[in-house]
Amino acid sequence: MKRVYVNEQWCLGCHLCEYNCAFANSGEADMVKALKGKPIYPRIKVEGTELVNFAVSCRHCTDPMCVKSCIAGALSKHDGAVCIDHSKCVGCFTCILVCPYGALSQGETGAIQKCELCLENACGEPACVKGCPNGAIVYEERDTL
Amino acid sequence: MSVDFIYPEFEVVRNDSRCIACRVCERQCANEVHSFDPKQGSILSDERKCVNCQRCVSLCPTRALKIVKSNCTLRENANWKDDTIKEVYKQAASGGVLLSSMGNPKEFPVYWDKILINASQVTNPSIDPLREPMETRVFLGKKPDRITRDQNGNIRCKLPPQLELSMPVMFSAMSYGSISYNAHASLARAATELGICYNTGEGGLHEDFYAYGPNTIVQVASGRFGVHKDYLDAGAAIEIKMGQGAKPGIGGHLPGAKIIGDVSRTRMVPEGSDAISPAPHHDIYSIEDLRQLVYSLKEATQYQKPIIVKVAAVHNIAAIASGVARSGADIIAIDGFRGGTGAAPTRIRDNVGIPIELALAAVDQRLRDEGIRNNVSLVAGGSIRCASDVVKAIALGADACYIATAALLALGCHLCRTCQSGKCNWGIATQRPELVKRLNPDMGAQRLVNLLTAWKHEIKELLGGMGINSIEALKGNRLMLRGIGLNEKELEILGISHAGE
Repeated sequence: MKRVYVNEQWCLGCHLCEYNCAFANSGEADMVKALKGKPIYPRIKVEGTELVNFAVSCRHCTDPMCVKSCIAGALSKHDGAVCIDHSKCVGCFTCILVCPYGALSQGETGAIQKCELCLENACGEPACVKGCPNGAIVYEERDTL
Repeated sequence: MSVDFIYPEFEVVRNDSRCIACRVCERQCANEVHSFDPKQGSILSDERKCVNCQRCVSLCPTRALKIVKSNCTLRENANWKDDTIKEVYKQAASGGVLLSSMGNPKEFPVYWDKILINASQVTNPSIDPLREPMETRVFLGKKPDRITRDQNGNIRCKLPPQLELSMPVMFSAMSYGSISYNAHASLARAATELGICYNTGEGGLHEDFYAYGPNTIVQVASGRFGVHKDYLDAGAAIEIKMGQGAKPGIGGHLPGAKIIGDVSRTRMVPEGSDAISPAPHHDIYSIEDLRQLVYSLKEATQYQKPIIVKVAAVHNIAAIASGVARSGADIIAIDGFRGGTGAAPTRIRDNVGIPIELALAAVDQRLRDEGIRNNVSLVAGGSIRCASDVVKAIALGADACYIATAALLALGCHLCRTCQSGKCNWGIATQRPELVKRLNPDMGAQRLVNLLTAWKHEIKELLGGMGINSIEALKGNRLMLRGIGLNEKELEILGISHAGE
């Protein structure tokens, strides 16, 4: 399946992906209206130092620990993508503890949030990939994870 | 000191109603114009450091930024222009030579814009390049004057070495050191994909790029940086750089700060020491000396590669080119005074040399008059900006064109003309790793391929309109050109008629 991959060599640490992610999942049509003066809750996060940066988001593992560990059945796999049902999440954060990539976080409402490849929002394709100025984030099919 | 104060050239205009304080501008500005104020939760801008490279403007996700020219000016004076006065202030403060980058920005005539191209109507058919074949391939090198046959009557097919190009455009010399590894990688990959050539410049050839050898022109300049047997063997052609359009008569100086790691190894210059290219080649004081170097290089490469001699367009260019054509060189590259540079003394860049259009026309005519035009191919450079400039250059007598500024623009350059600072925010004219990585060669190479693919289409359309189906048939065909708003002398030198004639 197509997944979001990051080529750390080209990641500039500009953090635009975080803002594009937060905007794509805001439900607003205008970025200023969506993000101005508010804390943002991106599902992709840039980590690193001054020289090395890496945007981290859900790897959509073949055998995801988060789905296995979810006590409420809020996480599940659909066509390879790990999806979340916010109405079921009880906010126990077990998934945050078990995710080896640190790809899950608490969202604005208190429930867990994670990358769902922008399949659920109006963007239609991963907003982080579309907006990356240096082609560091790609959405493609690769042999193995 | 207050007498030294010069009001910033640009103002950073931030639309606070649109700024979401994402800090992209702050993170992306190597000049440190923008800073985040955690108390206010807003971004501050120090416009004194701004060079108007437009990096922040391009990356701002909410279009909250623009850079405008400051309207704080000195009292208007047609003789003492604002820039002129400020340059006096700068020199009075520093006692130094002013440095500039990229091509001459002054208001000199651009002859390309005063030349118009012909098209077929009624009496001769135009050609539709989408339906009929159109040949854009060119071969650079010495051509035989006539067909010769052996004793059996068979045509002698052996030609001197030729450089084959899929279209009459090449990327001109930009050294590794003046531009980044990723910029070189982009040029090398694009040249290979396009079937044209790029040029190493005088900085040697990075070991990673030997694979692109068949599409590489290796340069031998006065500093002889990075020149060795394998280097000469790696290229498709060898270029002797006698001069550069942006700074004729001047050498080069890559500061020691940029001679680090791979640049040092590739140039064969110790880390941290300045790489100084002398103004002349110290072994070339005449055409005879040039001939010796041409033949040394031919000898070193078994006469397999064409030798290019690159000269700046200066006053006696026709006579100089005539000499070069007799030196054994296969190709002459002429660089006009609007050509770019990574750094040059401002006075030289803005005042020395002549326009490529006039130089090219004069050289082509001189070589024809002397019956030695077939001795060499001519390559024109020094601000070829678009496909129609290429077509006009070919009709004026060029065999191909060199482009560099246009190629850098395709890679993201915004012509802020501060390459000499080494802080290129677009990852081109810099060696700082965090800036170099901003140019992803996957994207860069693709953009170069796109640019030249577009130009190729346009060249074919222009040719087809004239009823011509190959570059060869347009070469030196000045009847296809007309001047507009040019005086008798200019028309005479260009060898074209005025529009309406």
